Amino acid sequence: MEKKDIIQSFKDSLFTGLIALALFGPIVGLRTASKGEGLFITPQWGVVFLLVGLCIVGRFLINLNSARKTEITFFSKFTSKFSAITEDKAKHFAITAILFAVVFPFLPFTDRYFMDVAIMILTYIMLGWGLNIVVGLAGLLDLGYVAFYAVGAYSYALIATTFGWSFWICLPLAGVFAAFFGILLGFPVLRLRGDYLAIVTLGFGEIIRIILINWYEVTNGPDGITGIPRPSFFGLPFKRSPDEGETSFHLFFNLEYSTMHRIIFLYYLILVLALITNYFTLKIRKLPVGRAWEALREDEIACKSLGVNPTNTKLTAFAIGAMFGGFAGSFFATRQAFISPESFTFIESAIIVAIVVLGGMGSQTGVVLASIFLIGITEMFRDLEQYRMIAFGGAMVLIMVFKPKGILANRKPTILMHGDKK
Amino acid sequence: MEYFIQQLVNGITLGSIYGLIAIGYTMVYGIIGMINFAHGDIFMIGAFVALISFIIFGLIGVALPIILLLVLLIAMLFTACYGWTVEKLAYKPLRGSFRLAPLISALGMSIVLQNYVQVAQGARVKPMQPLISGGLEFFKNSEFIVTISYLQIFIVILTIILMGIFTYLITKTDLGRAQRACEQDRTMTALLGINVDRTISITFIIGSSLASVAGMMFVLYYGVIDFYIGFLAGIKAFTAAVLGGIGSLPGAMLGGLLIGLIETFWAGYVSLEYKDVAAFSVLIVVLIFFPTGFLGKPDIEKV
Repeated sequence: MEKKDIIQSFKDSLFTGLIALALFGPIVGLRTASKGEGLFITPQWGVVFLLVGLCIVGRFLINLNSARKTEITFFSKFTSKFSAITEDKAKHFAITAILFAVVFPFLPFTDRYFMDVAIMILTYIMLGWGLNIVVGLAGLLDLGYVAFYAVGAYSYALIATTFGWSFWICLPLAGVFAAFFGILLGFPVLRLRGDYLAIVTLGFGEIIRIILINWYEVTNGPDGITGIPRPSFFGLPFKRSPDEGETSFHLFFNLEYSTMHRIIFLYYLILVLALITNYFTLKIRKLPVGRAWEALREDEIACKSLGVNPTNTKLTAFAIGAMFGGFAGSFFATRQAFISPESFTFIESAIIVAIVVLGGMGSQTGVVLASIFLIGITEMFRDLEQYRMIAFGGAMVLIMVFKPKGILANRKPTILMHGDKK
Repeated sequence: MEYFIQQLVNGITLGSIYGLIAIGYTMVYGIIGMINFAHGDIFMIGAFVALISFIIFGLIGVALPIILLLVLLIAMLFTACYGWTVEKLAYKPLRGSFRLAPLISALGMSIVLQNYVQVAQGARVKPMQPLISGGLEFFKNSEFIVTISYLQIFIVILTIILMGIFTYLITKTDLGRAQRACEQDRTMTALLGINVDRTISITFIIGSSLASVAGMMFVLYYGVIDFYIGFLAGIKAFTAAVLGGIGSLPGAMLGGLLIGLIETFWAGYVSLEYKDVAAFSVLIVVLIFFPTGFLGKPDIEKV
């Protein structure tokens, strides 16, 4: 490297430092705090200088690196190799992953915390797969998916607490309700294009949340619904001491009572629900309606000229996606036993969309990888509670910058003419 | 009648704030065709910078008009730095990539900015004593006295001045011409010797500065801010931009005013809890009947 380059990159990093000073100076350096009547300022220049220093050094190192023309970073090399492997051996990968998921609760290192994280990841995988039908297959950007999740959760909670019906009756009902809402919301807006659709669905998500907060008589407002019945193992509840005339799970199978039974049952429940979603998606992609979705995603005008009704086709995608969102919502309600509008904010929609897009739109395996990655990142930062969302957002930006098409890009049509696979 | 006029005044004030934010959305959408989701958070950062400088100048003790001018300039400068950096880090590498990539990157950036301010400034709401008080009173003989505060007059006049400067910038200067050219055809513009990257950067800088002015107005008008204000204000401003026809600058201002008025009238006459629902419902209805907004150009789909 020449001397000129070094001087150049040195100047450049000093400029970066200047910008960093402007960025961090007021917001980080001058912390406002209320004291008594008004606001006062506590300076924190140490942190600012640390951050600015980091920026200067970081920029200088990046400059040195790119001057040596090693632009293919380790990251993109690694992921492209990875996606090549998974694409060739997609089937083996899927089977291994499912087997691992099945034995996971019985592995020696699995404890309560791991199970909780695994259940959370599986919930997001299921939501991701549900949304993948809308975003990945039909190409409709839905930023209000959490609305259907909320409708599912609330209809489950209301039906179960009002009528006392069992989980297995309420679950399909919640799905039907969510699908109904999908049609109701989708009908007026689905003729809008791309970004307009995105913003309208976002608006719908917010409307549902505001209604949940304000419709006190039904939803109990911001306080939420408590005492949602836990699921039972086909009629056998998970209780230490069952009510009169009832047999609980551990007594029926002659097991020592443990709270883990319920957790493990919930784990398998969401695993099965997620796999049903996946199986359904894989099958429906090969049916006429699924192929129409993929065709619509690629070229709407061509589809119209070939006699595909875009509104109806999109509506089915919207309704089916919503239905799976509703299933996931009722699982969420039964797992938490408590729901409130707090759980259904826009950030949830953003996370689910991020999972689908980061995974590579349309790729089922990608959704799994992205969920594990994103939820894993936030879990790793668990001890640094306030920094976890920064890490999460940062990861979203970084993945998009380095892999704009997602971890596994998959836009190949499911079925080609003449059955030509390769 | 008096109540109606009062609501009208309040609505126009709120609409000015939304309109200034909406311009940032509409400019970026026009030039690179993406929803800059982080724009609402840029507005929030502008509000914080304004609040911090208000406190500092308040301690030093400078005359009010000078404080307002200085805070305005400082907020614009520092917030513009944020807009510029966000574009460089999160959007520039994705230019020419597929449509959803910048949107996700923008969502990520919005989450980062929100939580960054939460960590740096704390999660509590920040109250501020009103700086500009008093106002003009009308209809003193009737039951309901209409008050137009000096602050409202200040906000509306400042908005009109900024809009004037801005319109001049876009329609009369070389920079504005370059921007309009980039909007139509980026490749051709580059071939004609215009630095497209620089033009886009400047677009972000202008958009962020206007958002920071809106932020300053928000601090003065409501007297309370927190790290979360960017989200709802951002969505509503985007709604305003879409309502007026995205990509159209007068449309953004018109849309802002409409959203401000709808929200205020809904809150005043129908129900306070559902005022946000009103804004979104109007958006949906308008989009169904005018798919490109009020002043948007109809876009022709080609095969």
